[in-house]
Amino acid sequence: MAQRIVVDPITRIEGHLRIEAEVDAQNKISKAYSSGTMVRGIEIILKGRDPREAWAFTQRACGVCTTVHSFASIRAVEDALGIKIPKAANLIRNMMVAQQYVHDHVMHFYHLHALDWVDVTGCLSADPAATADIQKAISPNYPRASAAYFADVKKKVKAIVDSGQLSIFANAYWGHPAYKLPPEVNLLATAHYLEALDAQKTFTKIHTIFGGKNPHPNFVVGGVPMPIDPNSDTALNAERLSIIKDSIDRMIQFVDQVYIPDLLAVAPYYLDYAALGEGLGNFLTWGELPDTDNSDTSKYVVPRAVIMGRDLSHIEEPDPRDFERMKEYVTHSWYEYSSGDQEGLHPWKGETKLNFTGPKPPYEQLEVEQKYSWLKAPRWAETPMEVGPLARVLAMYASGHKQTQELTDYVLKTLDAPLEAVFSTLGRTAARAIETKVFADYLLTAYNGLIDAIKAGDTDTFNGDKWEPSTWPSHAEGFGFMEAPRGALGHWCVIDNGKLSNYQMVVPTTWNASPRDHKEQAGAYEMSLVGTPLAVPDQPLEILRTIHSFDPCMACAIHMVDADGNDLGEVATGMNVCVS
Amino acid sequence: MEINGAGRKLVMGLGNTLNKDEGLGVHALALLQEKLAARAPEVEFLDGGALGLNLLPWVEEASHLLVLDSVVSRFSMPGQVMELAKDEIPLYRNIKMSDHQITFQEVLGLAKIRGHFPEYLHLVGAQPVDLSIGYGVSPEIATILPEVVERAERVLRGWGLVGRR
Repeated sequence: MAQRIVVDPITRIEGHLRIEAEVDAQNKISKAYSSGTMVRGIEIILKGRDPREAWAFTQRACGVCTTVHSFASIRAVEDALGIKIPKAANLIRNMMVAQQYVHDHVMHFYHLHALDWVDVTGCLSADPAATADIQKAISPNYPRASAAYFADVKKKVKAIVDSGQLSIFANAYWGHPAYKLPPEVNLLATAHYLEALDAQKTFTKIHTIFGGKNPHPNFVVGGVPMPIDPNSDTALNAERLSIIKDSIDRMIQFVDQVYIPDLLAVAPYYLDYAALGEGLGNFLTWGELPDTDNSDTSKYVVPRAVIMGRDLSHIEEPDPRDFERMKEYVTHSWYEYSSGDQEGLHPWKGETKLNFTGPKPPYEQLEVEQKYSWLKAPRWAETPMEVGPLARVLAMYASGHKQTQELTDYVLKTLDAPLEAVFSTLGRTAARAIETKVFADYLLTAYNGLIDAIKAGDTDTFNGDKWEPSTWPSHAEGFGFMEAPRGALGHWCVIDNGKLSNYQMVVPTTWNASPRDHKEQAGAYEMSLVGTPLAVPDQPLEILRTIHSFDPCMACAIHMVDADGNDLGEVATGMNVCVS
Repeated sequence: MEINGAGRKLVMGLGNTLNKDEGLGVHALALLQEKLAARAPEVEFLDGGALGLNLLPWVEEASHLLVLDSVVSRFSMPGQVMELAKDEIPLYRNIKMSDHQITFQEVLGLAKIRGHFPEYLHLVGAQPVDLSIGYGVSPEIATILPEVVERAERVLRGWGLVGRR
């Protein structure tokens, strides 16, 4: 029997993402299974509620992605009720969306993904002066580039490692043979890991101002909650606009001077990952950054697109209302459908009836021939799809978005890699950086557009024409999209007599981490791991690299304090890696 | 090492309100705020939800930080009210699949290594009984929320942040 590697972060309740991978005699992955081991079930909570308040609940569906679920929700309700939002409101929303990309991608790169490539303990042998030379070479205008600065960072890391007490950097695979960076690049990246936290603080100002309330901003069906009035203390005024402009400038500076240069400094040591981790070669986007009218997809900055089998010469626009092609399957998921588990259902007809048939935790292996995940298997035209930054960059690239084409070509040329290299773990990670640059620059464009609109007196931010339920039809169906940082998000709602009668969310990680479907087709994570060699099978760093490149959103619902900490023994390792 | 330029006095309620008792910190926060807001003008009441790393700026700007949250320990029972003093809260980082698994303890750990750690830090919480899907806490937790609020008030009083009306 093949060896099965299990990667499953343990928490105090069963949950999260679990990967089981079978390896052959050469320690290469031959098959992989991805399972969401925690049920979300927000759909059940929303039934019967006021559609105008749905965003306040969906906002909590993911503790971290509050904005994306709020936007998808209000757009779904606006779509159902035929509500158009004012121009200034759309610009403000687009700025909140674009800011979210910059914020989330920087956080993902430095605080989750970087540590897959950067050995923090590896910087202890770095020469700070040589590190400073590298910094000056990759980013000549960046101010924190002195040998003294890097010596200080090195000292900090050494203190942490030596203390053994503060294990903020503990529980990783430090020293693993798959870490390839020279000590100086490790030190450089570790310094930026810490700096990125300061940068984030300035990034969030846009949400604080436009949302009116932080950390959980306000949203409203029909527009945005903040009025524009240059002469008011409580509205969007000149002072607040200048804070926003400053925040945008800092984002652009960080992306240009830190994020992109770091990507290009680290990638050359890991070019083997330009040929690993592809997965499906099929990509889907719902599109993003509309030009005022949400229903006019031709004017989206990110197009609504399907790409099949790597074919960039042919992109098709998917219709989320297509009952035949947009379906979710539960053949291998812990749900049951009234029409039978081999059938797919369009989200408007979607059902959320839980049917856990799995083994009682803790268990050694999932029963992958049966049902094995709390995630459903969404499919477009009965085909598994990848969503996320790579899908978006490819959609923009293939549809002729000039800046995306130039940036992609620049990155490939710098790494001396062919276009095919984008279909990989490294390609996904590079695409995330490329689109961060596109969206950071877009922020400035949208900001200037907003200033022009204000000058022209176009200051409406809310359309209340259909606020009252008495103006609604007795039955309505709506689709709300959002290209969340980690990929295409869709909310499908059905409103009957003023209340929600059905609500289905198909989130990016459901696409990417989906289990097998009615035709036994594997999902994106499952396929992406096939063929990856593991240097040390019981320390599967290579699996983390590829899974992290998708930026999973899992199990963010549960955040209890663990009073015992490291005393919990097995739990403190945070990761149950067993070989059987 | 501990610099708190902004000196904010924060009560932070944590947890996800869609998983019943997971959200007990947020529900306790609302009760505490209702009870104290008029008598504790310096204190900010913050619904931190499950925002993870996004909460770091608040933590780093706080001189006083009272955390209300659900707590699990082998040494306690479901429904039991618990307090952890500053040096009893374990700080660590785990291998994780997603950045959404950044725990509040990791946020505190990051604040510490960055040299911006609250001078006064305390946690009041309870061990959850029911973490299933649903809005609002279980009946067992509902009966002990007043004790959580009372203990939280005592902590704030001890820090000299609650005046008489």
